[in-house]
Amino acid sequence: MSESAFQIFVNALLANNFVLAMFLGLCPFLGVSGKLDTAFPMGVATTFVMLVASLCAYGLNLLLTAFHLEFLRLISYIVIIASSVQLVEMVLKKYSPALFRALGIYLPLITTNCAVLGVALFQTARDYDFVQSVTFSIGGGAGFTLALVLMASVRERLTLSNVPDLAQGTALSLMLAGILSLSFMGFAGLGG
Amino acid sequence: MSTAAPQTWDEFMEGVWRQNPVFVMVLGMCPTLAVTVSAINALSMGAATLFVLVCSCGLVSLMRAVTPKEVRIAVYIVIIATFVTAVDYAIQAISLALYDALGAFIQLIVVNCIILGRAEAHASKNTPLPAMINAAGMGVGFTLGLLALGVVREVLGAGSLFGVALFGAGFQPWVIMVLPPGGFFVLGAWLLFFAWLERRKLRRAASLTEAGQHV
Repeated sequence: MSESAFQIFVNALLANNFVLAMFLGLCPFLGVSGKLDTAFPMGVATTFVMLVASLCAYGLNLLLTAFHLEFLRLISYIVIIASSVQLVEMVLKKYSPALFRALGIYLPLITTNCAVLGVALFQTARDYDFVQSVTFSIGGGAGFTLALVLMASVRERLTLSNVPDLAQGTALSLMLAGILSLSFMGFAGLGG
Repeated sequence: MSTAAPQTWDEFMEGVWRQNPVFVMVLGMCPTLAVTVSAINALSMGAATLFVLVCSCGLVSLMRAVTPKEVRIAVYIVIIATFVTAVDYAIQAISLALYDALGAFIQLIVVNCIILGRAEAHASKNTPLPAMINAAGMGVGFTLGLLALGVVREVLGAGSLFGVALFGAGFQPWVIMVLPPGGFFVLGAWLLFFAWLERRKLRRAASLTEAGQHV
């Protein structure tokens, strides 16, 4: 494992985008991407949770490996993520109640966002060191935000266009995601 | 007892068809799209999810009297994570090739919204038997959904089904189908198909009642 931090960042952001290439975090991707105003803060909140979760997971993994308790890894990761989501929720509620209400049910649902647990699991599986883990989580979060914002902008345009009734809703979002994903494939090989 | 059987069947079929987690509720998307590059992957992922779903719903239901309301979500997640860890080690022991193919997505069963959703919406309010039957229905529905995607993607993208080549050597695989965009397209197409079915059923019902009025 001698990937440079830059390679990891570019890979997580574009070439292996969490949402469009690795299918992580699709629930919020389809759920919150209706409006640009909520998509961006949601992305930032998720990125923050990812960063915290990644840091904690790194420390915890050292601890668990030292005591040969690897089978507890999954359970302890999930508990860490749930607590950091709680933290973000409290901060948002205090400093930006409007945003807190706009994000609604999707905020606590960050806990069950595959992207967050995915970061923790992948960095463990790939034996990333501390710097690599941090870059990976920031890159992944930025990639998630990018996908969310792109999707939201396209969907905002689409509300005014004439789409067949049948395709309205999730089917349309999935087709859009497919096209976005297709264009992101053009980044393949960028991270080396 | 005579009334119990159809009710149980109904409970089971709810998850398989009427409330199908993949096509109707659109839950648990991440594993749905990520592992369905081949039919065999889809089937094993579905089976693993089914096992976790039934076991954790049973346990959640058994413990519903002693679970304090405030910490119930945390309790559910720990229960689910326990079973997922068991499945993870089991698959690793049975087939290393399968374990490599599914990758981190076995562990990501923990955050599959279907399981937490079932635990919260159904298992926490019912006795173990109905809870497990309902969970089994959901699990089977999920597996069928995965299979529907996996079959289409494998046939189009690799020209084979369950690893058996279907077409001659002259077949040019539609590679995009096994790549990420294909997952989105195939699921979107299935949703369109079901929306069309639903629309046709409504139209038929409407034309039938209309005809009835004329007579």
